[in-house]
Amino acid sequence: MKFIIAIIKPFKLDEVREALGAIGVAGMTVSEVKGFGRQKGQTEIYRGAEYSTNMLPKVKIEVAAADDLAPKIVETIQQVASTEAIGDGKIFVLDLASAVRIRTGESGDTAL
Amino acid sequence: MLRKILCGAGTLGASLFAATAAMAQDGPIKAPTVEQMAGMVDKGDTAWMLISSALVLMMSIPGLALFYGGLVRSKNMLSVCMQVFMIVSVAGLLWCCIGYTMAFTSAGSPFPMLFGGLSKAFLAGVDGTTYAATFSNNIYIPEFTFVVFQMTFAMITPALIVGAFAERVKFSGLLVFVVLWSIIVYYPMAHMVWYWAGPDFLVDAPTDAGYLWDMGALDFAGGTVVHINAGIAGLVGCLMIGKRKGYPSEPMPPHSLVMTMIGASLLWVGWFGFNAGSNLEANGVTGVAFINTMVATCAAAVSWSLIEQFHHGRASMLGAATGAVAGLVAITPASGFAAPMTSILLGFIVSPLCYFFVVKVKAMFKYDDSLDVFGVHCIGGIVGAIATGIVAAPSLGGQGVFDYYVFPAAFDASTYDIGAQVFKQIKAVLFTLVWSGVGSAILFFIIGKTIGLRPSEDDENQGLDITSHGERAYNM
Repeated sequence: MKFIIAIIKPFKLDEVREALGAIGVAGMTVSEVKGFGRQKGQTEIYRGAEYSTNMLPKVKIEVAAADDLAPKIVETIQQVASTEAIGDGKIFVLDLASAVRIRTGESGDTAL
Repeated sequence: MLRKILCGAGTLGASLFAATAAMAQDGPIKAPTVEQMAGMVDKGDTAWMLISSALVLMMSIPGLALFYGGLVRSKNMLSVCMQVFMIVSVAGLLWCCIGYTMAFTSAGSPFPMLFGGLSKAFLAGVDGTTYAATFSNNIYIPEFTFVVFQMTFAMITPALIVGAFAERVKFSGLLVFVVLWSIIVYYPMAHMVWYWAGPDFLVDAPTDAGYLWDMGALDFAGGTVVHINAGIAGLVGCLMIGKRKGYPSEPMPPHSLVMTMIGASLLWVGWFGFNAGSNLEANGVTGVAFINTMVATCAAAVSWSLIEQFHHGRASMLGAATGAVAGLVAITPASGFAAPMTSILLGFIVSPLCYFFVVKVKAMFKYDDSLDVFGVHCIGGIVGAIATGIVAAPSLGGQGVFDYYVFPAAFDASTYDIGAQVFKQIKAVLFTLVWSGVGSAILFFIIGKTIGLRPSEDDENQGLDITSHGERAYNM
Protein backbone atom coordinates (compact mmCIF):
# COMPACT_ATOMS: atom_id res chain seq x y z
CA MET A 1 0.00 0.00 0.00
CA LYS A 2 1.07 3.58 -0.60
CA PHE A 3 0.30 6.75 1.28
CA ILE A 4 0.14 9.78 -1.01
CA ILE A 5 0.43 13.32 0.27
CA ALA A 6 -0.19 16.12 -2.20
CA ILE A 7 0.18 19.84 -1.52
CA ILE A 8 -1.79 21.79 -4.10
CA LYS A 9 -3.21 25.23 -4.79
CA PRO A 10 -6.50 25.61 -2.88
CA PHE A 11 -8.63 26.43 -5.90
CA LYS A 12 -7.58 23.15 -7.59
CA LEU A 13 -9.14 21.01 -4.86
CA ASP A 14 -12.54 20.39 -6.47
CA GLU A 15 -11.03 19.43 -9.82
CA VAL A 16 -8.59 17.03 -8.17
CA ARG A 17 -11.30 15.47 -6.05
CA GLU A 18 -13.46 14.84 -9.14
CA ALA A 19 -10.61 13.43 -11.18
CA LEU A 20 -9.57 11.08 -8.37
CA GLY A 21 -13.19 9.98 -7.91
CA ALA A 22 -13.29 9.13 -11.61
CA ILE A 23 -10.32 6.75 -11.36
CA GLY A 24 -11.78 4.92 -8.38
CA VAL A 25 -10.37 6.61 -5.31
CA ALA A 26 -12.91 5.98 -2.56
CA GLY A 27 -11.74 8.44 0.09
CA MET A 28 -9.28 11.15 1.04
CA THR A 29 -8.46 13.56 3.82
CA VAL A 30 -8.10 17.27 3.12
CA SER A 31 -6.66 20.02 5.28
CA GLU A 32 -5.92 23.71 4.88
CA VAL A 33 -2.22 24.28 5.44
CA LYS A 34 0.37 27.02 5.06
CA GLY A 35 3.91 26.72 3.84
CA PHE A 36 6.55 27.99 1.53
CA GLY A 37 8.60 26.79 -1.36
CA ARG A 38 9.97 28.58 -4.35
CA GLN A 39 6.90 30.75 -4.77
CA LYS A 40 7.40 34.30 -3.52
CA GLY A 41 5.32 35.49 -0.56
CA GLN A 42 2.81 38.32 -0.68
CA THR A 43 3.08 41.77 0.85
CA GLU A 44 0.25 42.93 3.07
CA ILE A 45 -0.03 46.60 4.07
CA TYR A 46 -2.09 47.76 7.04
CA ARG A 47 -2.14 51.54 7.46
CA GLY A 48 1.34 51.72 6.03
CA ALA A 49 2.80 48.86 8.10
CA GLU A 50 4.10 46.33 5.60
CA TYR A 51 4.21 42.65 6.42
CA SER A 52 5.64 40.18 3.94
CA THR A 53 4.05 36.81 4.41
CA ASN A 54 6.24 33.97 3.20
CA MET A 55 3.75 31.32 4.29
CA LEU A 56 1.13 30.85 1.63
CA PRO A 57 -2.14 28.99 2.01
CA LYS A 58 -2.27 25.56 0.34
CA VAL A 59 -4.44 22.48 0.53
CA LYS A 60 -3.00 19.14 1.64
CA ILE A 61 -4.62 15.97 0.32
CA GLU A 62 -3.87 12.59 1.87
CA VAL A 63 -4.86 9.39 0.11
CA ALA A 64 -4.10 5.78 1.04
CA ALA A 65 -4.18 3.48 -1.98
CA ALA A 66 -3.37 -0.03 -3.13
CA ASP A 67 0.01 -0.40 -4.83
CA ASP A 68 -1.44 -0.78 -8.32
CA LEU A 69 -3.61 2.35 -8.11
CA ALA A 70 -0.96 4.65 -6.60
CA PRO A 71 0.92 5.60 -9.82
CA LYS A 72 -2.39 6.50 -11.47
CA ILE A 73 -3.31 8.71 -8.57
CA VAL A 74 0.02 10.53 -8.64
CA GLU A 75 -0.24 11.06 -12.37
CA THR A 76 -3.82 12.34 -12.10
CA ILE A 77 -3.05 14.80 -9.35
CA GLN A 78 0.02 16.03 -11.18
CA GLN A 79 -1.91 16.67 -14.37
CA VAL A 80 -5.05 18.16 -12.84
CA ALA A 81 -3.41 20.37 -10.22
CA SER A 82 -0.84 21.83 -12.57
CA THR A 83 -1.08 25.42 -13.74
CA GLU A 84 2.51 25.30 -14.99
CA ALA A 85 3.43 28.07 -12.57
CA ILE A 86 5.62 28.21 -9.49
CA GLY A 87 3.64 27.28 -6.40
CA ASP A 88 1.61 24.41 -7.88
CA GLY A 89 2.81 22.20 -5.03
CA LYS A 90 4.36 18.75 -4.53
CA ILE A 91 3.34 15.12 -4.29
CA PHE A 92 4.98 12.71 -1.85
CA VAL A 93 4.53 8.96 -1.90
CA LEU A 94 5.27 6.83 1.15
CA ASP A 95 5.12 3.09 1.80
CA LEU A 96 2.19 2.32 4.04
CA ALA A 97 2.71 -0.46 6.57
CA SER A 98 -0.89 -1.13 7.46
CA ALA A 99 -4.45 0.21 7.41
CA VAL A 100 -7.41 -0.73 9.59
CA ARG A 101 -11.09 0.09 9.13
CA ILE A 102 -12.24 1.03 12.59
CA ARG A 103 -15.88 -0.07 12.20
CA THR A 104 -15.14 -3.65 11.17
CA GLY A 105 -11.54 -4.25 12.11
CA GLU A 106 -10.67 -5.25 8.51
CA SER A 107 -7.09 -4.55 7.58
CA GLY A 108 -4.88 -4.26 4.48
CA ASP A 109 -6.25 -3.36 1.03
CA THR A 110 -9.81 -4.18 2.02
CA ALA A 111 -9.72 -1.47 4.65
CA LEU A 112 -9.07 1.26 2.06
CA MET B 1 -24.56 70.64 21.99
CA LEU B 2 -22.28 73.01 21.57
CA ARG B 3 -24.33 75.50 22.42
CA LYS B 4 -22.96 78.57 21.10
CA ILE B 5 -24.26 78.92 17.97
CA LEU B 6 -27.06 78.40 15.98
CA CYS B 7 -27.38 79.63 13.03
CA GLY B 8 -28.36 80.01 9.71
CA ALA B 9 -29.88 82.87 8.24
CA GLY B 10 -32.14 80.64 6.27
CA THR B 11 -33.39 77.50 7.88
CA LEU B 12 -32.41 78.19 11.37
CA GLY B 13 -33.60 81.68 11.46
CA ALA B 14 -36.95 80.67 10.12
CA SER B 15 -37.47 77.97 12.68
CA LEU B 16 -36.30 80.23 15.44
CA PHE B 17 -38.89 82.82 14.60
CA ALA B 18 -41.63 80.33 13.90
CA ALA B 19 -41.06 78.83 17.29
CA THR B 20 -41.02 82.10 19.08
CA ALA B 21 -44.11 83.28 17.28
CA ALA B 22 -45.95 80.23 18.45
CA MET B 23 -45.06 81.04 21.99
CA ALA B 24 -46.89 84.19 22.70
CA GLN B 25 -48.18 87.22 20.91
CA ASP B 26 -45.74 89.45 22.74
CA GLY B 27 -42.71 87.57 21.52
CA PRO B 28 -40.48 85.16 23.36
CA ILE B 29 -40.47 85.01 27.14
CA LYS B 30 -37.23 85.89 28.84
CA ALA B 31 -36.17 83.54 31.66
CA PRO B 32 -39.30 81.35 31.54
CA THR B 33 -40.40 79.46 34.64
CA VAL B 34 -40.43 75.66 34.70
CA GLU B 35 -44.19 75.78 34.19
CA GLN B 36 -43.76 77.96 31.13
CA MET B 37 -40.97 75.69 29.83
CA ALA B 38 -43.40 72.79 29.95
CA GLY B 39 -45.30 74.47 27.15
CA MET B 40 -42.12 75.00 25.11
CA VAL B 41 -41.33 71.33 24.54
CA ASP B 42 -41.84 69.75 21.14
CA LYS B 43 -42.54 66.04 20.77
CA GLY B 44 -40.51 65.91 17.57
CA ASP B 45 -37.42 67.35 19.24
CA THR B 46 -37.78 64.97 22.16
CA ALA B 47 -38.22 61.93 19.93
CA TRP B 48 -35.20 62.88 17.82
CA MET B 49 -33.00 63.40 20.86
CA LEU B 50 -33.94 60.03 22.36
CA ILE B 51 -33.19 58.31 19.05
CA SER B 52 -29.91 60.22 18.80
CA SER B 53 -28.91 59.05 22.27
CA ALA B 54 -29.44 55.44 21.27
CA LEU B 55 -27.49 56.03 18.04
CA VAL B 56 -24.50 57.39 19.96
CA LEU B 57 -24.58 54.37 22.27
CA MET B 58 -24.49 52.18 19.15
CA MET B 59 -21.29 53.97 18.11
CA SER B 60 -19.56 52.67 21.24
CA ILE B 61 -21.14 49.25 21.39
CA PRO B 62 -20.87 47.50 19.12
CA GLY B 63 -19.42 50.08 16.68
CA LEU B 64 -16.18 51.12 18.31
CA ALA B 65 -15.69 47.72 19.97
CA LEU B 66 -15.79 45.99 16.57
CA PHE B 67 -13.78 48.69 14.79
CA TYR B 68 -11.00 48.33 17.35
CA GLY B 69 -11.50 44.60 17.97
CA GLY B 70 -10.99 43.67 14.33
CA LEU B 71 -7.64 45.48 14.34
CA VAL B 72 -6.05 43.53 17.18
CA ARG B 73 -4.75 39.98 17.13
CA SER B 74 -7.39 37.33 17.84
CA LYS B 75 -5.92 36.60 21.28
CA ASN B 76 -6.86 40.13 22.39
CA MET B 77 -10.23 40.53 20.68
CA LEU B 78 -12.38 40.13 23.79
CA SER B 79 -10.12 42.31 25.91
CA VAL B 80 -10.81 45.26 23.61
CA CYS B 81 -14.54 44.49 23.43
CA MET B 82 -14.72 44.15 27.21
CA GLN B 83 -12.76 47.36 27.82
CA VAL B 84 -15.16 49.32 25.63
CA PHE B 85 -18.23 47.60 27.10
CA MET B 86 -17.19 48.15 30.70
CA ILE B 87 -16.06 51.74 30.13
CA VAL B 88 -19.47 52.50 28.65
CA SER B 89 -21.20 50.96 31.67
CA VAL B 90 -19.00 52.61 34.30
CA ALA B 91 -19.12 56.00 32.56
CA GLY B 92 -22.92 55.85 32.53
CA LEU B 93 -23.07 55.31 36.28
CA LEU B 94 -20.49 57.98 36.95
CA TRP B 95 -22.37 60.43 34.75
CA CYS B 96 -25.48 60.12 36.95
CA CYS B 97 -23.50 60.40 40.18
CA ILE B 98 -21.28 63.36 39.43
CA GLY B 99 -20.69 63.83 35.71
CA TYR B 100 -23.85 65.65 34.76
CA THR B 101 -23.65 68.11 37.63
CA MET B 102 -19.95 68.78 37.02
CA ALA B 103 -20.53 69.40 33.32
CA PHE B 104 -23.87 71.15 33.14
CA THR B 105 -24.34 73.30 36.22
CA SER B 106 -22.39 76.28 37.49
CA ALA B 107 -23.95 77.19 40.83
CA GLY B 108 -21.80 76.44 43.86
CA SER B 109 -18.62 75.79 41.91
CA PRO B 110 -15.46 77.53 43.12
CA PHE B 111 -14.41 77.90 39.47
CA PRO B 112 -17.65 78.06 37.48
CA MET B 113 -15.80 78.67 34.21
CA LEU B 114 -13.85 75.41 34.60
CA PHE B 115 -16.35 72.96 36.09
CA GLY B 116 -19.80 72.88 37.62
CA GLY B 117 -21.01 72.51 41.18
CA LEU B 118 -22.66 69.60 42.94
CA SER B 119 -26.23 70.86 42.94
CA LYS B 120 -27.38 68.05 40.62
CA ALA B 121 -25.14 65.30 42.03
CA PHE B 122 -26.96 61.96 41.82
CA LEU B 123 -29.37 63.80 39.52
CA ALA B 124 -30.85 65.68 42.45
CA GLY B 125 -33.60 68.00 41.32
CA VAL B 126 -33.82 66.46 37.87
CA ASP B 127 -37.12 64.74 37.13
CA GLY B 128 -39.70 64.24 34.41
CA THR B 129 -40.86 67.84 34.71
CA THR B 130 -37.57 69.69 34.42
CA TYR B 131 -36.16 70.96 31.15
CA ALA B 132 -32.91 71.71 29.39
CA ALA B 133 -32.32 74.60 27.00
CA THR B 134 -31.63 74.21 23.27
CA PHE B 135 -30.15 76.78 20.90
CA SER B 136 -33.44 78.50 20.22
CA ASN B 137 -35.26 80.94 22.44
CA ASN B 138 -38.18 79.32 24.22
CA ILE B 139 -37.49 75.81 22.92
CA TYR B 140 -36.80 73.19 25.60
CA ILE B 141 -36.31 69.45 25.79
CA PRO B 142 -37.00 67.26 28.82
CA GLU B 143 -33.93 67.34 31.06
CA PHE B 144 -33.64 63.55 31.30
CA THR B 145 -33.44 63.46 27.52
CA PHE B 146 -30.54 65.91 27.66
CA VAL B 147 -28.90 64.01 30.54
CA VAL B 148 -28.97 60.72 28.67
CA PHE B 149 -27.86 62.25 25.37
CA GLN B 150 -24.84 63.84 27.03
CA MET B 151 -24.23 60.62 28.93
CA THR B 152 -23.55 58.77 25.68
CA PHE B 153 -20.77 61.27 24.91
CA ALA B 154 -19.23 60.73 28.32
CA MET B 155 -19.32 56.99 27.52
CA ILE B 156 -17.68 56.99 24.10
CA THR B 157 -14.91 59.50 24.82
CA PRO B 158 -12.94 57.41 27.34
CA ALA B 159 -13.69 54.31 25.26
CA LEU B 160 -11.90 55.91 22.30
CA ILE B 161 -8.68 56.12 24.29
CA VAL B 162 -8.18 52.37 24.70
CA GLY B 163 -7.18 51.92 21.07
CA ALA B 164 -3.89 53.71 21.71
CA PHE B 165 -2.64 51.06 24.13
CA ALA B 166 -4.68 48.06 23.03
CA GLU B 167 -3.26 44.56 23.63
CA ARG B 168 -1.14 45.57 26.63
CA VAL B 169 -3.14 47.29 29.37
CA LYS B 170 -4.17 46.02 32.77
CA PHE B 171 -7.95 45.94 33.05
CA SER B 172 -8.21 47.17 36.65
CA GLY B 173 -5.74 50.00 36.14
CA LEU B 174 -7.58 51.06 33.00
CA LEU B 175 -10.95 51.29 34.74
CA VAL B 176 -9.53 53.34 37.59
CA PHE B 177 -7.93 55.61 35.00
CA VAL B 178 -11.28 56.04 33.22
CA VAL B 179 -13.09 57.02 36.41
CA LEU B 180 -10.46 59.60 37.40
CA TRP B 181 -9.97 60.86 33.85
CA SER B 182 -13.71 61.45 33.48
CA ILE B 183 -13.78 63.52 36.66
CA ILE B 184 -10.57 65.45 36.19
CA VAL B 185 -10.40 65.83 32.43
CA TYR B 186 -13.67 65.06 30.64
CA TYR B 187 -16.33 66.72 32.80
CA PRO B 188 -14.41 70.00 33.04
CA MET B 189 -13.78 69.94 29.26
CA ALA B 190 -17.45 69.33 28.55
CA HIS B 191 -18.32 72.13 30.96
CA MET B 192 -15.85 74.59 29.48
CA VAL B 193 -16.97 73.99 25.90
CA TRP B 194 -20.67 73.22 26.19
CA TYR B 195 -22.03 74.79 29.34
CA TRP B 196 -23.88 78.07 29.07
CA ALA B 197 -26.94 79.57 30.70
CA GLY B 198 -29.09 79.05 27.61
CA PRO B 199 -30.63 81.47 25.13
CA ASP B 200 -33.37 82.69 27.47
CA PHE B 201 -31.05 83.32 30.41
CA LEU B 202 -27.63 84.35 29.11
CA VAL B 203 -28.62 87.95 28.54
CA ASP B 204 -29.16 88.40 32.29
CA ALA B 205 -26.13 86.33 33.24
CA PRO B 206 -23.61 86.95 30.46
CA THR B 207 -20.71 85.35 32.29
CA ASP B 208 -22.57 82.13 33.15
CA ALA B 209 -20.81 79.93 30.63
CA GLY B 210 -17.82 77.63 30.39
CA TYR B 211 -14.38 79.09 29.69
CA LEU B 212 -14.08 78.07 26.03
CA TRP B 213 -17.75 78.78 25.26
CA ASP B 214 -17.31 82.21 26.72
CA MET B 215 -14.22 82.73 24.60
CA GLY B 216 -16.34 82.05 21.53
CA ALA B 217 -14.74 78.77 20.44
CA LEU B 218 -17.02 76.74 18.18
CA ASP B 219 -17.38 73.00 18.64
CA PHE B 220 -20.69 71.75 17.37
CA ALA B 221 -20.51 68.12 18.43
CA GLY B 222 -17.24 67.49 20.19
CA GLY B 223 -14.08 67.98 18.16
CA THR B 224 -12.25 69.29 21.19
CA VAL B 225 -14.23 67.68 24.03
CA VAL B 226 -14.34 64.22 22.49
CA HIS B 227 -11.73 63.69 19.79
CA ILE B 228 -8.76 65.91 20.62
CA ASN B 229 -9.36 65.16 24.28
CA ALA B 230 -9.35 61.38 23.80
CA GLY B 231 -6.67 61.48 21.11
CA ILE B 232 -4.05 63.26 23.19
CA ALA B 233 -4.90 61.12 26.22
CA GLY B 234 -4.28 58.08 24.02
CA LEU B 235 -0.91 59.38 22.86
CA VAL B 236 0.18 60.11 26.42
CA GLY B 237 -1.05 56.65 27.47
CA CYS B 238 0.78 54.74 24.75
CA LEU B 239 4.00 56.62 25.54
CA MET B 240 3.74 55.99 29.28
CA ILE B 241 2.54 52.38 29.10
CA GLY B 242 5.16 51.55 26.49
CA LYS B 243 5.20 49.51 23.32
CA ARG B 244 3.68 46.09 22.90
CA LYS B 245 6.19 43.32 23.29
CA GLY B 246 7.68 42.64 19.90
CA TYR B 247 6.60 45.94 18.35
CA PRO B 248 7.53 46.82 15.65
CA SER B 249 9.72 43.83 14.66
CA GLU B 250 7.02 41.19 15.06
CA PRO B 251 4.13 41.29 12.60
CA MET B 252 0.84 42.22 14.27
CA PRO B 253 -1.70 42.21 11.46
CA PRO B 254 -5.40 42.87 12.19
CA HIS B 255 -7.28 39.65 12.88
CA SER B 256 -10.53 40.57 11.13
CA LEU B 257 -10.96 43.53 8.85
CA VAL B 258 -14.55 42.42 8.27
CA MET B 259 -15.26 43.30 11.91
CA THR B 260 -13.43 46.57 11.44
CA MET B 261 -15.56 47.37 8.40
CA ILE B 262 -18.77 46.57 10.30
CA GLY B 263 -17.58 48.67 13.24
CA ALA B 264 -16.66 51.64 11.05
CA SER B 265 -20.04 51.44 9.34
CA LEU B 266 -21.88 51.39 12.67
CA LEU B 267 -19.83 54.39 13.72
CA TRP B 268 -20.85 56.19 10.55
CA VAL B 269 -24.56 55.50 11.10
CA GLY B 270 -24.39 56.29 14.81
CA TRP B 271 -22.53 59.52 14.10
CA PHE B 272 -25.75 61.08 12.77
CA GLY B 273 -27.03 60.95 16.33
CA PHE B 274 -23.74 62.38 17.54
CA ASN B 275 -23.56 65.32 15.11
CA ALA B 276 -27.13 66.02 14.03
CA GLY B 277 -28.34 65.19 17.53
CA SER B 278 -25.97 67.80 18.92
CA ASN B 279 -28.34 70.43 17.62
CA LEU B 280 -30.71 69.38 20.44
CA GLU B 281 -33.69 70.06 18.19
CA ALA B 282 -35.05 68.53 15.00
CA ASN B 283 -34.97 71.47 12.61
CA GLY B 284 -33.15 72.89 9.62
CA VAL B 285 -29.76 72.99 11.30
CA THR B 286 -30.18 69.36 12.23
CA GLY B 287 -30.51 68.67 8.52
CA VAL B 288 -27.40 70.76 7.84
CA ALA B 289 -25.38 68.76 10.37
CA PHE B 290 -26.76 65.50 8.98
CA ILE B 291 -25.85 66.07 5.34
CA ASN B 292 -22.46 67.55 6.26
CA THR B 293 -21.69 64.43 8.30
CA MET B 294 -22.68 62.25 5.35
CA VAL B 295 -20.66 63.94 2.63
CA ALA B 296 -17.50 64.79 4.58
CA THR B 297 -17.23 61.09 5.42
CA CYS B 298 -17.68 60.05 1.80
CA ALA B 299 -14.96 62.50 0.75
CA ALA B 300 -12.51 61.34 3.41
CA ALA B 301 -13.03 57.65 2.54
CA VAL B 302 -12.41 58.43 -1.13
CA SER B 303 -9.33 60.54 -0.48
CA TRP B 304 -7.71 57.94 1.83
CA SER B 305 -8.31 55.29 -0.82
CA LEU B 306 -6.81 57.51 -3.52
CA ILE B 307 -3.69 58.09 -1.43
CA GLU B 308 -3.23 54.35 -0.95
CA GLN B 309 -3.82 53.72 -4.62
CA PHE B 310 -1.03 56.14 -5.50
CA HIS B 311 1.29 55.22 -2.64
CA HIS B 312 0.98 51.42 -2.64
CA GLY B 313 -0.84 50.68 -5.87
CA ARG B 314 -3.84 49.17 -4.06
CA ALA B 315 -6.68 50.75 -2.10
CA SER B 316 -7.48 48.76 1.05
CA MET B 317 -10.70 48.21 2.98
CA LEU B 318 -8.88 49.22 6.17
CA GLY B 319 -7.81 52.44 4.50
CA ALA B 320 -11.34 53.29 3.38
CA ALA B 321 -12.71 52.59 6.87
CA THR B 322 -9.95 54.64 8.48
CA GLY B 323 -10.56 57.51 6.09
CA ALA B 324 -14.27 57.44 6.85
CA VAL B 325 -13.59 57.70 10.58
CA ALA B 326 -11.12 60.55 9.98
CA GLY B 327 -13.81 62.35 8.00
CA LEU B 328 -16.38 61.81 10.74
CA VAL B 329 -13.97 63.16 13.32
CA ALA B 330 -13.08 66.22 11.24
CA ILE B 331 -16.67 67.19 10.46
CA THR B 332 -17.78 66.78 14.09
CA PRO B 333 -16.94 70.30 15.32
CA ALA B 334 -18.01 71.82 12.01
CA SER B 335 -21.12 69.75 11.30
CA GLY B 336 -23.72 72.35 12.20
CA PHE B 337 -21.72 75.27 10.80
CA ALA B 338 -20.40 74.19 7.42
CA ALA B 339 -22.15 73.77 4.07
CA PRO B 340 -22.11 70.44 2.20
CA MET B 341 -19.53 71.52 -0.37
CA THR B 342 -17.13 72.93 2.22
CA SER B 343 -17.67 69.74 4.24
CA ILE B 344 -16.57 67.74 1.22
CA LEU B 345 -13.40 69.84 0.97
CA LEU B 346 -12.75 69.27 4.66
CA GLY B 347 -13.20 65.52 4.16
CA PHE B 348 -10.75 65.50 1.24
CA ILE B 349 -8.13 67.38 3.24
CA VAL B 350 -8.31 65.48 6.53
CA SER B 351 -7.37 62.05 5.16
CA PRO B 352 -3.94 63.00 3.77
CA LEU B 353 -3.07 64.74 7.03
CA CYS B 354 -4.13 61.78 9.18
CA TYR B 355 -2.43 59.40 6.74
CA PHE B 356 0.79 61.33 7.15
CA PHE B 357 0.66 60.96 10.93
CA VAL B 358 -0.44 57.32 10.91
CA VAL B 359 2.06 56.15 8.30
CA LYS B 360 5.01 58.55 8.52
CA VAL B 361 5.11 60.35 11.86
CA LYS B 362 4.35 57.22 13.89
CA ALA B 363 7.18 55.36 12.15
CA MET B 364 9.52 58.32 12.54
CA PHE B 365 9.04 58.67 16.28
CA LYS B 366 8.48 54.95 16.89
CA TYR B 367 5.58 55.23 19.34
CA ASP B 368 3.14 52.33 19.47
CA ASP B 369 -0.26 54.01 19.09
CA SER B 370 -1.67 50.57 18.27
CA LEU B 371 -4.94 51.57 16.63
CA ASP B 372 -4.00 55.15 15.70
CA VAL B 373 -6.13 57.02 18.19
CA PHE B 374 -3.75 59.96 18.05
CA GLY B 375 -3.22 59.86 14.30
CA VAL B 376 -6.91 59.70 13.45
CA HIS B 377 -8.85 61.22 16.37
CA CYS B 378 -6.47 63.85 17.66
CA ILE B 379 -5.14 64.98 14.29
CA GLY B 380 -8.55 64.72 12.62
CA GLY B 381 -10.05 66.62 15.54
CA ILE B 382 -7.47 69.39 15.30
CA VAL B 383 -7.97 69.73 11.55
CA GLY B 384 -11.74 69.88 12.04
CA ALA B 385 -11.62 72.28 14.96
CA ILE B 386 -9.44 74.79 13.14
CA ALA B 387 -11.31 74.40 9.85
CA THR B 388 -14.57 75.07 11.68
CA GLY B 389 -13.50 78.70 11.99
CA ILE B 390 -13.32 78.87 8.20
CA VAL B 391 -16.27 76.80 7.03
CA ALA B 392 -18.68 78.46 9.47
CA ALA B 393 -18.26 81.75 7.61
CA PRO B 394 -21.52 82.89 5.99
CA SER B 395 -19.43 84.18 3.07
CA LEU B 396 -18.49 80.56 2.33
CA GLY B 397 -22.05 79.29 2.68
CA GLY B 398 -21.55 78.51 6.38
CA GLN B 399 -24.14 79.00 9.06
CA GLY B 400 -22.40 81.79 10.98
CA VAL B 401 -22.87 82.46 14.64
CA PHE B 402 -25.84 83.66 16.63
CA ASP B 403 -25.51 86.43 19.15
CA TYR B 404 -27.00 85.11 22.37
CA TYR B 405 -25.96 88.11 24.40
CA VAL B 406 -29.10 89.85 23.27
CA PHE B 407 -32.68 88.71 23.70
CA PRO B 408 -34.07 87.29 21.56
CA ALA B 409 -30.95 85.87 19.92
CA ALA B 410 -29.84 87.86 16.89
CA PHE B 411 -28.03 86.91 13.74
CA ASP B 412 -25.83 89.18 11.64
CA ALA B 413 -23.78 87.47 8.95
CA SER B 414 -21.64 90.54 8.35
CA THR B 415 -20.00 90.37 11.78
CA TYR B 416 -18.33 87.02 11.14
CA ASP B 417 -14.54 87.37 11.07
CA ILE B 418 -12.74 84.26 9.79
CA GLY B 419 -9.31 85.28 11.06
CA ALA B 420 -10.52 86.06 14.56
CA GLN B 421 -12.57 82.87 14.71
CA VAL B 422 -9.69 80.68 13.52
CA PHE B 423 -7.52 82.25 16.20
CA LYS B 424 -10.11 81.32 18.85
CA GLN B 425 -10.30 77.80 17.44
CA ILE B 426 -6.52 77.41 17.68
CA LYS B 427 -6.57 78.65 21.26
CA ALA B 428 -9.27 76.12 22.12
CA VAL B 429 -7.24 73.32 20.48
CA LEU B 430 -4.09 74.23 22.39
CA PHE B 431 -6.00 74.53 25.63
CA THR B 432 -7.52 71.07 25.13
CA LEU B 433 -4.16 69.51 24.27
CA VAL B 434 -2.60 70.91 27.43
CA TRP B 435 -5.55 70.22 29.76
CA SER B 436 -6.00 66.64 28.64
CA GLY B 437 -2.33 65.94 27.97
CA VAL B 438 -1.17 67.08 31.39
CA GLY B 439 -4.17 65.65 33.27
CA SER B 440 -3.77 62.28 31.55
CA ALA B 441 -0.02 62.17 32.17
CA ILE B 442 -0.50 62.76 35.90
CA LEU B 443 -3.18 60.06 36.12
CA PHE B 444 -1.21 57.50 34.13
CA PHE B 445 1.84 58.18 36.27
CA ILE B 446 0.01 57.75 39.59
CA ILE B 447 -1.91 54.66 38.50
CA GLY B 448 1.20 53.16 36.94
CA LYS B 449 3.04 53.51 40.24
CA THR B 450 0.19 52.11 42.37
CA ILE B 451 -2.26 49.69 40.76
CA GLY B 452 -0.15 49.24 37.64
CA LEU B 453 -1.12 49.68 34.02
CA ARG B 454 0.58 46.75 32.42
CA PRO B 455 -0.04 43.01 32.62
CA SER B 456 2.91 40.65 33.06
CA GLU B 457 4.98 39.75 30.00
CA ASP B 458 3.67 36.20 30.04
CA ASP B 459 0.08 37.39 30.18
CA GLU B 460 0.68 39.73 27.31
CA ASN B 461 2.28 36.97 25.24
CA GLN B 462 -0.54 34.59 25.92
CA GLY B 463 -3.12 37.23 25.09
CA LEU B 464 -5.36 39.28 27.35
CA ASP B 465 -8.55 37.38 26.48
CA ILE B 466 -7.48 34.33 28.41
CA THR B 467 -5.29 36.00 31.03
CA SER B 468 -7.49 39.00 31.92
CA HIS B 469 -10.93 37.64 31.21
CA GLY B 470 -10.65 33.83 31.21
CA GLU B 471 -12.28 33.30 27.83
CA ARG B 472 -11.50 33.10 24.14
CA ALA B 473 -13.12 35.05 21.32
CA TYR B 474 -13.18 32.10 18.97
CA ASN B 475 -13.55 28.48 20.02
CA MET B 476 -13.23 26.45 16.85
